[in-house]
Amino acid sequence: MAELTYRDAVARGIAQEMTRDPDVIFFGEDVAKAGGVFKTTVGLYEQFGGKRVRDCPISEQAILGAAMGAAMTGLKPIAEIMFSDFFAVCFDYIANEFAKSRYMSNGQLKCPLVVRTANGAGSRFGAQHSQSVENWAMMIPGLKVVAPSTPRDVIGLLAAAVRDPDPVIFFEHKSLYPMKGEVPDGEIVDRLGTAAIVRGGTDATILALALMVPRALEAAGKLKAEHGIDCEVVDVRSLVPLDTRTILGSVGRTHRLFTVEENPRLCGWGAEIVSIVADEAFYDLDGPPVRITTPHIPLPAADILEDIALPTVDRIVERVRRSMAG
Amino acid sequence: MQEKPASEGSRPGINDDIGEEKRLELYRLQVEIRESEQRAFDLFLQNLVKGTSHLSLGQEAVAAGFAAAMKPGDLSFCTYRGHAHTLARGVPIEKVLGELMQRDNGLMRGKGGSMHLTSAEHGVMGSYAIVGAHLPIACGAALRAQYRGDSDVSVCFFGDGTTNIGAFHEALNFAAVWKLPVIFVCENNLYMEYTPIGEVTAVEHPAGDRASAYGLERIVIDGNDADVVYRAAASAYDKARAGGGPSLIECMTYRHSGHSRADPAKYRPEGELDRWKERDPIELYRERLRQFGIADDAVAAIDADVRRRVDEATERCKAAPSPPLDLLTTDVYADGGFAWRN
Repeated sequence: MAELTYRDAVARGIAQEMTRDPDVIFFGEDVAKAGGVFKTTVGLYEQFGGKRVRDCPISEQAILGAAMGAAMTGLKPIAEIMFSDFFAVCFDYIANEFAKSRYMSNGQLKCPLVVRTANGAGSRFGAQHSQSVENWAMMIPGLKVVAPSTPRDVIGLLAAAVRDPDPVIFFEHKSLYPMKGEVPDGEIVDRLGTAAIVRGGTDATILALALMVPRALEAAGKLKAEHGIDCEVVDVRSLVPLDTRTILGSVGRTHRLFTVEENPRLCGWGAEIVSIVADEAFYDLDGPPVRITTPHIPLPAADILEDIALPTVDRIVERVRRSMAG
Repeated sequence: MQEKPASEGSRPGINDDIGEEKRLELYRLQVEIRESEQRAFDLFLQNLVKGTSHLSLGQEAVAAGFAAAMKPGDLSFCTYRGHAHTLARGVPIEKVLGELMQRDNGLMRGKGGSMHLTSAEHGVMGSYAIVGAHLPIACGAALRAQYRGDSDVSVCFFGDGTTNIGAFHEALNFAAVWKLPVIFVCENNLYMEYTPIGEVTAVEHPAGDRASAYGLERIVIDGNDADVVYRAAASAYDKARAGGGPSLIECMTYRHSGHSRADPAKYRPEGELDRWKERDPIELYRERLRQFGIADDAVAAIDADVRRRVDEATERCKAAPSPPLDLLTTDVYADGGFAWRN
């Protein structure tokens, strides 16, 4: 067991898979010699060499297209898109190409690739370098979508993503990169499609993803200590496949549902889950499901504005308390 | 556009670098494409080809020349105008027509349609309907070949209109920087869709005149002469296999029909089509075969054989059922299904 940052876990996860399988290659912008703009891939170039760890031009379409072509013909590429906002300039590959080629070819083509990207706010980068865009990927049939919240999950879910036969979009949260966590020694391999109950509770279920998980946990601590409300916190981890069994099981015990989403309000992942719960567990609910999200706005750069845009611990506490009191 | 001089042989020209056997193959491929495409058009008029279709009538020499110079294992990446390149790799006519007719005997059993013809076993790694998308994808396949030391070449076909989209530039630079074994083939048929390419492009030759931007040789060839195409292809493949990196080849050609089945091509100036039909690649090649002393009955036998096979394929497709309804949800994910939750 060692303490590792989320940032260092990325490099360890990639190294684990590259060591295991010579078909795994890794490329992106500034990822090799520079070790990544977020220093998430330091040491990989030195360890595996320039044939397997490559710096690309600023050509997001070429990066994802090349990952697809390599995957179709037998490799297991990991491609990095520096900021998830840049999906917008290479969205054809995500939406039209590697998501659909298996279906359109009636199973002849496969695309076992991983697209890693730095997602989310907190760095005061403004509206084009801060978004949470998991729903851009979640809505597309053919993709799998994961977003880890801990260093251990980074390694385990990345390994699962690399070994998965389908294209996986892997959202790392840039504000989690400096966060530390306990990581066991040796190989770590997790499973896609599994949520994790990260705090047990009896009064309400709070679902959260990525950066919102530590905030939900802190809020749950305050709700218990200050208001006597005992919340269960579920780290959704994987949006596709979605672990509805764990989610519905938790709601079935607590009878209340809250989602904490960093994305702007409309069509966030929580909306889909709330609709599933309303459809399949309506009579388990003792009150209306509540979504706690960023408002329907582009993100501002100023720290004081960005801080109040995202769901804060205080906002989560207040929203849950008010709803439970009502 | 130069012809190489004939090498030694008992009859003038017969044993040149291409030779009789390969010439007959080039001719057969062109006729097969012509007859199949014409049949697709006829079936469309009978409302038996659904959706859209983009024909290569008039552009047969490009597909035939590049395919005939390939080795087994080489990979083709096509556009929505991909029937010709798919047939040229040896995919049965029935499989192509079946897909156009959205029958269960189609290449993808009707799940892809005309614009997405794919036959991995023949090296046809997909037909892509988003302009430019497949150039980077072909780079990825070539990256795999380079990484593993495989000897195959990836060949990516696209139209003149593709040269004005960003992915073209990204892919050319990417391939050149990494010296990837990929060949970019621009079929310049003078029209991006309905608009003349010259009206919307800064240079006369949309691919050739941009080659220098990627450190590549300017190659513009007669795309209606299968011999010229074959030689340019063979030379580019040899270079790629030898580690010499990518080539960008612009083939001047012309489509006899409109952009898609919905287009009567009324935007073309009077007489243009007729002038190009005087350089019809198949007529031109029949004359070439005569020049090289290949017997007329060998040519006639190919014509008859192709027509018979197209007829037989048509009848089998007409008799084939539609795909079963349970195909709707298969192969979304690798487990064979479409489950997104537990």
